[in-house]
Amino acid sequence: MKRYTLKTGALEVVMIVVALLFAAPVYVLINTALNSGGVTASLTPVANPSFDNFATAWVSGGLGPAMVNNVVITVVSVFLIVVISASAAYPLARITRTWSKLTFAFFLGGLLIPGLLALIPLYTTFRDLHLIGSIWGLVIIYVGAQMPFSIFLYVQFLRSLPLDFEEAATLDGGSPFRVFWQVVFPLMRPITGTVVILNTIHVWNDFFTPLLYLSGSGTNTIPIAIYSFTGQYVNQWGTIFAALIIGVTPLLIFYFLLQRSIIKGFAGGLKG
Amino acid sequence: MTQRELASPRAGGPEPSAITRSAIAESRTRSRRSGTGARAPWWFLLPALAVFTLIVVIPSWRGAFYALTNWDGLSPQFDFVGFENFVRVFKDSAAGASILNTMLYAVGVMVVQNFIGLLLALGVNSAIRSRNWLRVLFFAPAVVTPLVVANLWQYILAPEGALNTALRAVGLDFLAQDWLGNAQLALPAIISVVVWQFAGYSMVIFLAGLQSIPEDVYEAASLDGAGSFKTFWNITRPLLAPSMTINLMLSLIGGLKLFDQVLIMTQGGPGSATESLSTIAYKDAFQFQQFGYSTALTLVLTAFVAVASLIQFTLLRRGENK
Repeated sequence: MKRYTLKTGALEVVMIVVALLFAAPVYVLINTALNSGGVTASLTPVANPSFDNFATAWVSGGLGPAMVNNVVITVVSVFLIVVISASAAYPLARITRTWSKLTFAFFLGGLLIPGLLALIPLYTTFRDLHLIGSIWGLVIIYVGAQMPFSIFLYVQFLRSLPLDFEEAATLDGGSPFRVFWQVVFPLMRPITGTVVILNTIHVWNDFFTPLLYLSGSGTNTIPIAIYSFTGQYVNQWGTIFAALIIGVTPLLIFYFLLQRSIIKGFAGGLKG
Repeated sequence: MTQRELASPRAGGPEPSAITRSAIAESRTRSRRSGTGARAPWWFLLPALAVFTLIVVIPSWRGAFYALTNWDGLSPQFDFVGFENFVRVFKDSAAGASILNTMLYAVGVMVVQNFIGLLLALGVNSAIRSRNWLRVLFFAPAVVTPLVVANLWQYILAPEGALNTALRAVGLDFLAQDWLGNAQLALPAIISVVVWQFAGYSMVIFLAGLQSIPEDVYEAASLDGAGSFKTFWNITRPLLAPSMTINLMLSLIGGLKLFDQVLIMTQGGPGSATESLSTIAYKDAFQFQQFGYSTALTLVLTAFVAVASLIQFTLLRRGENK
């Protein structure tokens, strides 16, 4: 049925035209960033492309240290999110008592709460604990805030996972702790992939939390560095766009390397 | 490579659609199995419960309390004012306008994003040779921070920006204008930017749904002589219902909570033409020192999200089971 017919050829042409229109803003982005001399918007390719804007953005935007912070925050947060939400999902999916169902509902309720509500009360607590301006404060916030969604994904997956392996391992005398980490957790690999990917995208890109919790501390993440940079370099679009490109490159590399499993896992996780 | 080979992950693990189906079946039979699960230790829950309670539940609860006060967010003192802030939300014309805008964002994003996402999914689910490239390309903007997308489009839509330059270059000068500075056009412009970024996201979810439809159903339909529209309407559409539910809910919630894009591109302007509930709640809390009132606005937004998703979920599930 899936033969390549004349109709398929026509569709191919249409889709490629759509893709070119879709990608046009990206062309504008790159073209403008490579243009160091000009001022006005030009759509023709830059005659003598230069990387001066990238150098300016990297140095005066402080993108290097911000990038290091982003990597540390993202890696530590996502690791903790996986460990904590996977282990919480285990009893929530396997124990069928009322308290377990209520606890699961309690976590799911968190999906509805807008982040804005908790921000100021949490800010005063963090100020008293001297966690303002610290990347570890952000890590704690991400771990707490991402629990509902991650636990939801794990519980949905675990419910469809047969009990046979755990039962066999328990009969062999494994402690619950070992059964979970050595038998169940490896079986959850597909959904762990989804949890890692979705949380990585969220934590790396988050703008609002660091805006509030890091402001004035001199510690930056990429979105905050870009935000303050655009404020300083108003209308110097070449330099701003160079900063944008540098800021999104690590995540785009992550995406292109893992694109097949991202697209699959993403859809699978959300459908689960 | 055939379509089926592409659809089945080589990395191992069940396919998404299989997961979904067995999850549903499992949750239905679960009650019969009680007792077998007792081996999962309850204390595994404790770290998650602790961090969730400390970071989300308690601060939100304390935050919600301020909705009943006139606290400015800074001073140590405040008065208890009862439901005055909520009454003000519904009397305040700025809040009223932002509620209307929030609904326009939500509905606009939901309809357009899913329509385009579905067309893209149908396009890249065909036999075209560029399908894998196109899937990667269309989804790429969804992994980028909205801050960057908003900055890029702010430039493209500026009076002397790329869009107007392009229009003038092809002789459509009369269409060129200040897209984000025009009170009628700014809100649709923001919706378009959100759609540009997230249409690929809808596409991917639809694509997973399309790939879970067995080939032989289509073969049977084509043997019966069904045309392509008839096939879409009678086979694809009903079988795509679960993907549709997820997509509509995600885009509705995303539209209701819209914040970063508005703040970067228009700051709510011109005037208050693009103000959303999130942006006025943010401004009231951090620029106008009306924390109590801002919290009341946030709670109104929460209620909107909860009610809208509940209604939508009920309706769509009913549609799925038909």
